Amino acid sequence: MNFAKEFAKGIIKENPIFVLVLGMCPTLAVSTSVNNAVGMGAAATFVLLCSNIIISLIKGITPDKIRIPVYIVVIASFVTIVDMVMAAFVPDLHKSLGLFIPLIVVNCIILGRAEAFASKNNVLNSMADGIGMGLGFTLALMVVASFREILGNGTWYGLRIMPASYNPMLMAILAPGAFITLGLLMALMNLLKERKQ
Amino acid sequence: MNTLGQIFVIAVSAIFIQNFVLSRFLGLCPYLGVSKKMDSAFGMGMAVIFVMTMASAITFLVYKYLLVPYNIEYLRTLAFILTIAALVQFVEMVIQKNAPALYKSLGVFLPLITTNCAVLGVAILNVTPLADGSSYNFLLAVLNGFFSGVGFTFVLLAMAGLRMRLELVDLPESMKGMPISLILAGIMALAFYGFMGLKI
Repeated sequence: MNFAKEFAKGIIKENPIFVLVLGMCPTLAVSTSVNNAVGMGAAATFVLLCSNIIISLIKGITPDKIRIPVYIVVIASFVTIVDMVMAAFVPDLHKSLGLFIPLIVVNCIILGRAEAFASKNNVLNSMADGIGMGLGFTLALMVVASFREILGNGTWYGLRIMPASYNPMLMAILAPGAFITLGLLMALMNLLKERKQ
Repeated sequence: MNTLGQIFVIAVSAIFIQNFVLSRFLGLCPYLGVSKKMDSAFGMGMAVIFVMTMASAITFLVYKYLLVPYNIEYLRTLAFILTIAALVQFVEMVIQKNAPALYKSLGVFLPLITTNCAVLGVAILNVTPLADGSSYNFLLAVLNGFFSGVGFTFVLLAMAGLRMRLELVDLPESMKGMPISLILAGIMALAFYGFMGLKI
């Protein structure tokens, strides 16, 4: 188990969204544009990294019975920090992500990594795991958001890439489009996996 | 608007127009995870309605009488998640002691609810000012929690019914499981979009 391996596994092999199917709520809700996806990914990665470090540091002194409440307090503290920092420096992004910033607390990925990884491994590996998982989450969000933004708005990261005559498929950025896009992407991933075998 | 009218508006918008699962994207993990069987979906739904109503009441009081007087509203995420976790634990103990039969059917779902984002979501929405600048009072907050739970249960049961039939359908291997459930949810969300046209 080395640093690079822990880092790499989160991106493809154990991708939190496509493989582990964790954290569906923010995935579907904020993937309306690539800009939102990057913001959400960055916020979640920061929380994941910090909480993994702290939880790994205190793993020896946390009584087993109350470990989950302890983890939740650690995570909620970092989420509060992210919430306040984003409200101060990127108010527009903060507004468009809205409710989903405080809801990072209950994102299964973060508590899941705390319980499954950081509470059993040393600080360095936990850091690698946090960054890798965070990056995997961000990339998966960006993939979903790319499809939705290009189809629904004709732009990517705010840049117009479809010709002006393109008639945007509005459904892609509305709620139904979120479910259908992610469903089709997952089916595609399964198909590719089958072909490989 | 009189109170009765307001309650009606909250009920219709929480169940249909702004459905927690299909239009706000809250509580998707149990929606996709526990919708394989009808009876477990029903158990989960009842547990969620109960916890959401209780959590709405308690977090509203915590916010109004603990956080606002000391100007520490920014701690709401921390305060709410702890309140909810303690509440779920407490409810679990009370039910286990007083209604063992109920505990048997709801018991397994209760610990899962702590990390259900719909519960924390409704608690935060209840204390966030509405679009017109007004905010909920205690009664409306509790009712909002209750009806949001009802809306969640409603689509959870619909999904469970659909998925039970889906078992019998011959699907391509790559579509089985999560992909087809998500597409199904998308079509349901599309149907629920029709309710957006309701003027209330």
